[in-house]
This record gives sequence, structure tokens and C-alpha cells, in this order.
Amino acid sequence: MSPRRTDTGGRIDRLKTIRFTFDGAAYTGHAGDTLASALLAKGVTLYGRSFKYHRPRGLLTAGVEEPNALVTVLKGEVREPNIPATMVEIHDGLVAISQNRFPSLAWDINAVNQLGGKILSAGFYYKTFMGPVFGPLKGTRFWMFCEHFIRRAAGLGSAGSAKDPARYERMNAFCDVLVVGSGPAGLMAAKAAADQGARVMLADLEPRFGGSANWSDETIDGAPAADWARRTVAQLEGRDNVRLLPRTTVWGYYDNNTLAALERVSDHKDQPGKGEPRHRYWAIRAKSVVLATGAFERPLVFPGNDRPGVMLAHAAERYANEFGVLPGERIALFTNNDSAYRAAVALKKAGAAVVAIADVRPELSPEMRKLAAEAEAEIFAGHAVVATEGGKALSGLKLQRFDMTNGTLIGDARSIHADCLLMSGGWSPTIHLASQAGAKAEWNAARQAFLPPKPTQKWPPQQWIGAGAFTGSFSTTEAIAEGRAAGLAAAGGQSTPSMLPTVEAVPGDPDPAPVFEIRAKGKSFVDFQHDVTAEDVRLAHREGFVSVEHLKRYTTLGMATDQGKSSNVPGLAIMAEALGKPIPEVGTTRFRPPFAPVSIGSLAAERFGDLKPERLTPMHDWHLASGATMYSAGLWYRPMIYGHAGETVEQAYVREAKATRESAGIVDVSTLGKIAVQGPDAAAFLDRVYTNMFSTLAAGKARYGLMLREDGLAFDDGTTWRLGDQDFLMTTTTANAGKVMQHLEYFLDVIWPELKVHVTSVTDEWAGAAIGGPKARQILAACVTGTSVDNAALPFMGIVRGDIAGVPVMICRLSFSGEMAFEVYSGAGHGTHVWEALIEAGKPFGLATYGLEALGTMRIEKGHVTGAEIDGRTTARDLHLDWMLSKKKPFIGSAMMDREGLIASDRLELVGLIALDNRPLNGGAHIVEEVDEANPHDSIGHITACCYSPALGKHIALALVKGGKARQGTRAHVSDPLRNRFGPVEIVSNHFFDPDGSRMHG
Amino acid sequence: MLITCPYCGPRDVIEFTYQGDGNRERPDPASQNFEAWNAYVYDRLNPAGDHNEIWQHSGGCRTHLRVVRNTLTHEISSVAFVRGDHQGRGDHGSAARRKAEDKS
Repeated sequence: MSPRRTDTGGRIDRLKTIRFTFDGAAYTGHAGDTLASALLAKGVTLYGRSFKYHRPRGLLTAGVEEPNALVTVLKGEVREPNIPATMVEIHDGLVAISQNRFPSLAWDINAVNQLGGKILSAGFYYKTFMGPVFGPLKGTRFWMFCEHFIRRAAGLGSAGSAKDPARYERMNAFCDVLVVGSGPAGLMAAKAAADQGARVMLADLEPRFGGSANWSDETIDGAPAADWARRTVAQLEGRDNVRLLPRTTVWGYYDNNTLAALERVSDHKDQPGKGEPRHRYWAIRAKSVVLATGAFERPLVFPGNDRPGVMLAHAAERYANEFGVLPGERIALFTNNDSAYRAAVALKKAGAAVVAIADVRPELSPEMRKLAAEAEAEIFAGHAVVATEGGKALSGLKLQRFDMTNGTLIGDARSIHADCLLMSGGWSPTIHLASQAGAKAEWNAARQAFLPPKPTQKWPPQQWIGAGAFTGSFSTTEAIAEGRAAGLAAAGGQSTPSMLPTVEAVPGDPDPAPVFEIRAKGKSFVDFQHDVTAEDVRLAHREGFVSVEHLKRYTTLGMATDQGKSSNVPGLAIMAEALGKPIPEVGTTRFRPPFAPVSIGSLAAERFGDLKPERLTPMHDWHLASGATMYSAGLWYRPMIYGHAGETVEQAYVREAKATRESAGIVDVSTLGKIAVQGPDAAAFLDRVYTNMFSTLAAGKARYGLMLREDGLAFDDGTTWRLGDQDFLMTTTTANAGKVMQHLEYFLDVIWPELKVHVTSVTDEWAGAAIGGPKARQILAACVTGTSVDNAALPFMGIVRGDIAGVPVMICRLSFSGEMAFEVYSGAGHGTHVWEALIEAGKPFGLATYGLEALGTMRIEKGHVTGAEIDGRTTARDLHLDWMLSKKKPFIGSAMMDREGLIASDRLELVGLIALDNRPLNGGAHIVEEVDEANPHDSIGHITACCYSPALGKHIALALVKGGKARQGTRAHVSDPLRNRFGPVEIVSNHFFDPDGSRMHG
Repeated sequence: MLITCPYCGPRDVIEFTYQGDGNRERPDPASQNFEAWNAYVYDRLNPAGDHNEIWQHSGGCRTHLRVVRNTLTHEISSVAFVRGDHQGRGDHGSAARRKAEDKS
């Protein structure tokens, strides 16, 4: 005897056969089947191996809360693990495999873990892998040693490494009313809101709208509930103001009624339709939300409650009524409430024998006795299941008399032969979204459940309204009334008396008996997915983990991919009992997004690959055409070298730097941040922003400036040009352009609103070329018209305006390379034109183009600082820039820069290093006084930038070294164990080359 | 989270950049009161409830806004331009100032 397909019934299309494989074996099912229902119809009882003990597991549920039957779906090379088989709609060509088993599901080698049950209890890993306190495996090394083997044995499905070729999509949506859940309550809410003219969205994670109406035996308005649901959906479908989202899980509830949802658009098809993505991520902004998310049935906790064949009562009802599948032929029920009797009747009607109903309650209502009689089931009132039998399928169970007032078992156990045991431990409303929205769940003693709070006027405004089982109203009659009221209220409509659909419901008391666990010998599971037993919960309590948050983390209860949908409340109840406290005093953990796992692809949607925009200088194409190797600097792309055939990077930059120092070189500096600072108070503002004076700067001159942060540390540097009395052009480093802009805006807007200054980012308006070297001036003279560029017209730090090849340019004589150099700025659109004119003019003079490597080399030779040295930890003094700290005025950072810690003598200070072994140095390498290769220690600093210096013929570096200035002229060592580079260096001044600047002053 | 920019209207929080505690009082630039500077640079209120914050609408008009936001619920009870509000800074600012003065 085994599960089978019924002869009739169910909402599947029996005329349509679908072929798929599971663990390599071919199966067939029907349209409308899930992987779970199709396999169950073929008699499959074993679906997975449990997380820790590798116990055989079957189907527990029929929906999203399934903890056991997790499968991996394969699509070509792509594998998606950990999907509940209950959520996979079968389609032709579907390939699914089971997980966490080796070599096969039926014969799993790690099932021996069951024998070690006592050892693998709660906290096993914490206790075992603290590790010995001495020896080769001391501390966490023991864990590192064992981890590989443990990870193999414990866990879920494995992710693939193949690139996912599927397309994902993101949608933003706005609506008046979002209804989550399409059971009778949700459908009524959507209809009522839509009737008011509201823009309505209705989402349900199932493919079929209707919720419980799809599997209940009730009638609504005289028709089977499912027909009523279909009619209602058809009415909604035809309306312009309603959007229906089936297969859509609303998984996150964020501020201001922003909700996140995942629509599984084409997972249920063998091929996506034209233009269809696999998943669609919906960001929905709703004016109000109706939560009609229903409730989850709870398992009962008793020995052997995880054996294949033990299933939730409503799940069996659902398999029978919705899918036409009987989970067994001889069915027993175990319950603490009335709802399970419905399942007994449904399964009897579908053709199974219901052999026994064990109810923990001693007294049963006449209605329940009548239902039991209808199911032809023998009633065992005041009884409990104390054991189950069987291996990969259930063969029987044991019943014993049970006193629910004190939880004791009385008398002898009796055996009952059954191949399926249905259990019902009451219902927990699906309050996850409300909890995410900040609502604190309230324990309801009658319902034995956490219910969402009643709406209040306080913030956060309860912009959601609950309806149906979500609020603890478990009857369809209540659901319909509440749904309609919620829909009206959400749409802002008035409640007018009108006829509600009439429901012919199966009677039943919604309140269960307060019984969660039957304590008897054997493993009783609370969290099926993480293999947490009732004993683990008590062990955690005995070991002092009494807070619910600690319980969760220590036992991992509720932390699996199912997020404890079925296990949270039983776990809390057992903890409360151990503590001797009522459940509300133990409290509950808050639910966090996502409600169910979300594909990462849907979150990224179209935004994959290189997400960053590319910033290209006006001369970008010219660089590419001229053989430049480009280098990404932040968002910018800049030439690294203009390599010749057969050259290494080092050979190329050495050639470029040499050519510049011997004749002339040109580099694209368009990436420098440029900010127009304008207005009557511009000069006064710059005096406050920079450490040095700018109000004394004459128009037509530039000055090098340094900025500090408020805390006194160095922030950024650059030259600022005074173009007119009230008109400055500030340049910043490439990397800090945005930060400096924000810094200036903050001070103007927040601190000194009285200053009449306007700042504008003009980085992209200007193209810049820096041309330097002994012949730079001759080159300019050859192509610039409208101005002289001789020493009188264009002294050091002077600015002139002129034309190059008919285009107006601004030229400032300043130098980063240490050569006599000029920066030539033109409108961005003319950048390439001017650049080409300069190149042409430079040909007779041997002008070389150079890239970032040569630029960096020449700046290291000169000892100039960049972001590597202005790293947010260095002060102006550390960088020997204290000559720029004006004593005549306060400036940003001036009050804090003289703090004790910032002027200490052992601070890291900028120095130069020369490799005495004539080998290349490495950026990031540490500096030590004494080398100890086996046990590197006692760093006195590190290298910030290094290169081979063609001017010196040596390998040199800039470094930040403790008390560096005082160490100049002494020796130290580099210690770089990662790259195995050790060796002696000489500490020198950072000004390696032309320290008195005679070359640039000319 | 939505912030209603007085220029641009209600906009998603991703358009804004948090620019720090709005209760900080910058000492007089020439002041040598180290304690006051220290409080300004480092001390931050961390209230569980309404907090006076500065946000820049960096993805919009780039103005700085004084936003009173409840740190527990994200309720935003007021949004105003920072520019020109020096007299109306509210209790938090003067509390921070008093605290700084007490230290000095």
C-alpha cells in the first residue's frame, strides 16, 4: 500500500500528461501538479535526508512552508538548490534531484549520524570545536581542520558554479491597495476595493488564486468554494484597475508601504515565452495594504513525528482535494483541535480508509463525533501518538492514553496499523509581513497563537489592514466578512450594508487544546529542516540559554531556509514550559525579510556585469588609437602606458619618464576634479577651506592648496586658480572630486550660509593636458597664439589665455613632474583638437605621451603626495606640509590639528626609501629595523608608492615611517612575507630629485 | 523611506546622503576651546526616538535638509532647509551645546 492518484477529483488536468525526471528516474504527472503531488501520486514517500542526522524525510506540507522535501532543480548547467518540491510546478523536461544524500537518497552513508544523536545535540559545534588549548590544532585550528568534512556531511543542496543565462527583470509599481493572499478574504478584499474604483494589485505565491477555497469541501453561494473563487477571479481579471499577480511571493515589507515581491514568471514552463524573464522583482508602493496571508498549520511534537508518511492534516486534505492524490490508504489522525476532522472527511470521500482519530482532548463536541462517524473513523479521545514505526515509509504507530492537564501518559500503548499519519497542532497566522512592518505580535491564549495587533493610529501608521485567518479568524464566513471590510477600508470606501456571500462551512471550534508536545522516549522534532528536537530546546535551557534570541542561535531553531514557519511556536512553547513561564513572557523573535528565499538574480535584475558607469576623458579615443593601455582609476579610464611593441610596462614608463625629463612629455589630466568657486565671498571662503591664504592671491595666478578635515587630518590637495576677483577655479585630486564638492556644499549650506559663494562642478567642462620638460615652453611657443608664454608673461604659477589651433585655451604654469610644465585647459569638446595640435607642435622637439605609470614615477622622484599618502590618517606635518598651515587665520581643521596625538614625535612621517639591494620594492610592504623572516614583527611603517627611478637609476619608494624625519640617513629593512621580499633600504628625504626645484622654476 | 524635499517633493531615500547629526554646534572658528571642538567633531547624540539629522538631497537639488526622524519607526515629522535656520534649531542643539559647555 502506498500513496496513489485518486480516480476522480482534484483541480489537475488529467487529459494532459507531463514528463519529468527526479533523481534520474522518469515520471509523469498532470498539468496543475506540483513536483510533490506528482511524485506522491506515483507512490514516492522519501523526498530528502535531514540536515544533521540524515534521517529519511517525506512531505510534511503541501506549500511554501515545506521543511523536508527540498530539491535541486537543474536547468542545463545551472542548478538551483533548496526549493521545496511543493513549490515546483512540473513541466515537460523538468529535471529535479534530491539533496544531502550520498550515494543515493534511499541508501545514505551519513545516516549513521542518527546513532550519534546524543553527541550531535544542540551546541555540538560550539562545544567541540573550541579546540584544545595547546598543540598543533589549538584554538580554532581544530575547527579549520574539521570544517571541510563537516560541511560535506551537513547541509542542504549545493549551488552550481555555472553562469546563470536566465533573464531577470525589475518593476516598480504603484497602487492604491495591495492585497497579499488570494484566499476568500483576499479575493473579497480585492473585489471590494476594486468596486470602489481603487487601483488594486492582488498577489499570491501559488499559481492558482483561491487559497483554501481550492481544497476545502465548503460551498460559497451554493457552489463549491473553488468555483466561487474562480468566478470572483474572472470578474477581477476583466477590470482595468486590477492587476493580478499569481506565483508572486510578497517577501518584504519596508517603510512607507514599500513592499518587495518576487514573481516566478517562467519557472513553470519548459521555455520562457518571448520576452519573458525568469523572475520579476516587484517594488510596490501601495497607499494601503490588505494582509490576507492566512495561517500555517503546526505539527505536534512527539517521537517519530518526522517519519515519512507523517504529514500535516490540511496538507493531506489539500493533496486529496486539489491534486487528486491520496497520501495513504490507511490513514490515522492525531490532533489537538477540530480542524483535522475536515481532513478526515475529505480523505474518506477521496477513497482512503480513516482508521483512527487520536485527539488529546478528553471531551469532543457532538459535531466532531458526527464528522468522525462520517469518516468512519474510530475516535480515541484523550489519547496521544507516542511512537511511529517504519523506515522510508510509515507502517504503524502507537497510541497511549494521555492526560492533557499534566502531560502524562497512562496505561499501555496500543499499536495501530497505518501508512499515513496526519497531525494538527493548531494554526499560526502568517504574520511575517506585519512583523516586518514593525507590528509586535500578541499572544492569544484561546487561539494558542501569536496574532497581529489590532490597528492603531500611532506610527508606524497601520497602513495595512488584516483579514481572515491572518487575524486569527479561521472560518471562511469570518474571512469573507473581514475581507470585504478590509478592502473597503483600504480603498477609503464607506461600509454599506450589502449581501455577503453565504458560506456553508464545516463546523468547528477554532481554539485548539494547549498541547504542543507529547513527552515520550525517542526523538521528537521541533524544527524539521534544522533537525532540532524538543530535547535540544531543553538542553539549551539547562545550559542557560533562556532568552528566545539565544535559544534560536544556540539550537539554530527556525534559522533554516524555511525560517521556522512550522517550528517557531512549538519551539517557544517547549522553552516556555522549561522556564515555567507563560508563552507571552518568553516572547517571540521578529520576522525579517525575506518571507521566503529570493533569487539573487531578481535583485540584480538588469543591473549585472559592470555596474559602474565609465568616465572617459575627451581624448579617450585618441589614447586608444595611439596604443595606450588603459587603467581604471575610480570610474575614470586613464592611459597607463603608451607601450611600444615588445616593451614591458616598466620599460615603457621608464622610456616615457626619461623622454619627459630629457625633452618633453604630455599627459591627459582631464580627470582632475574642477570646481568653479564664484561670488563676492569666494576668496574669504577659500581662506576658510584651505590651510593657506587665497585672498592674497592675485588674479591671473594659481596657488597650491591643502585642505584638512574638521578633525585636523589632511583631506585633499590641489591648485586653485584665481581667474578674476570673484572667480576661482579649484582643482582637486581625481579620486576626491565628489567628496570635496560635497564638503564645500555642506559648509556653504549648513555652517556659513551668510557667505555669498556659489560652487559648481565643472570637471566635465574642461579638457586638460599637462605638458612638461625642458622643451615644453618651446612647444607651446610654437602653437600658442594671442599671448606670449615667456617667463615674463607666464611666470611660475601664472595663468594666461590664448589660442591653440583656433581654439581658446587657458594655460597655467605649474608642475607635478618637477619639470618646467604647463597645464593647458580647453573646452571639453575641443580637447582632442587641442591635444593633437600640441602633439603636432611637439614632434620636432621629441615630445612623448606619457601615462599614469610615468606620471607616478616622476611624482615619486619629486616626493609629491597623493591619495596613497593622504590616506585619512596623516596630518599636514606628517607629510612635511606644515609650511602651508597659516597662522594668520582659522581654517577647517585648524582647531583640532594640534592635538597631542597628532603632533607626537613617533607618528608615521613621509620619507623616501632607496633599495640597497637594487631590487624592486613593493607597495604595502612593511618597514622594520631588524629583519626576522620567520617571525615578522615590529613594523615601523609601510611603503605607499614605489617605482624604478630612471632619474636616479635606483629602485625607490615613498613610505610612512614612525618618526621618519629623524631617521633620514639611517638604514632599515623591508619585510614583506606575503611576497617574500626582504632586504635593506636607506631612509632618505622624500625629495629624491631636484629638491630645490631649479628645473621647474627654469 | 521617503523624505519630502521642500523643493522636489517626496523622494526615495536613495536620492539622499546622510550628512550627520544635526545637533552639532560648530564653535566659533577662532575659538581655542578644545572641549567644545572635541564635542563638535566627535560627540553624537544617539536617541531612541526623534533625532535631528542633516540630509543632503545629493541625487536631486543638492540642498541640505534638517530632518527630524524617529530612529525607532523612521517616521519623519519635519523636513526643512538647513540654510538660515540658525535661530530655530530646537532643544537638541542647545542640549548638546550645554553639554559641551559643562565639560569646558
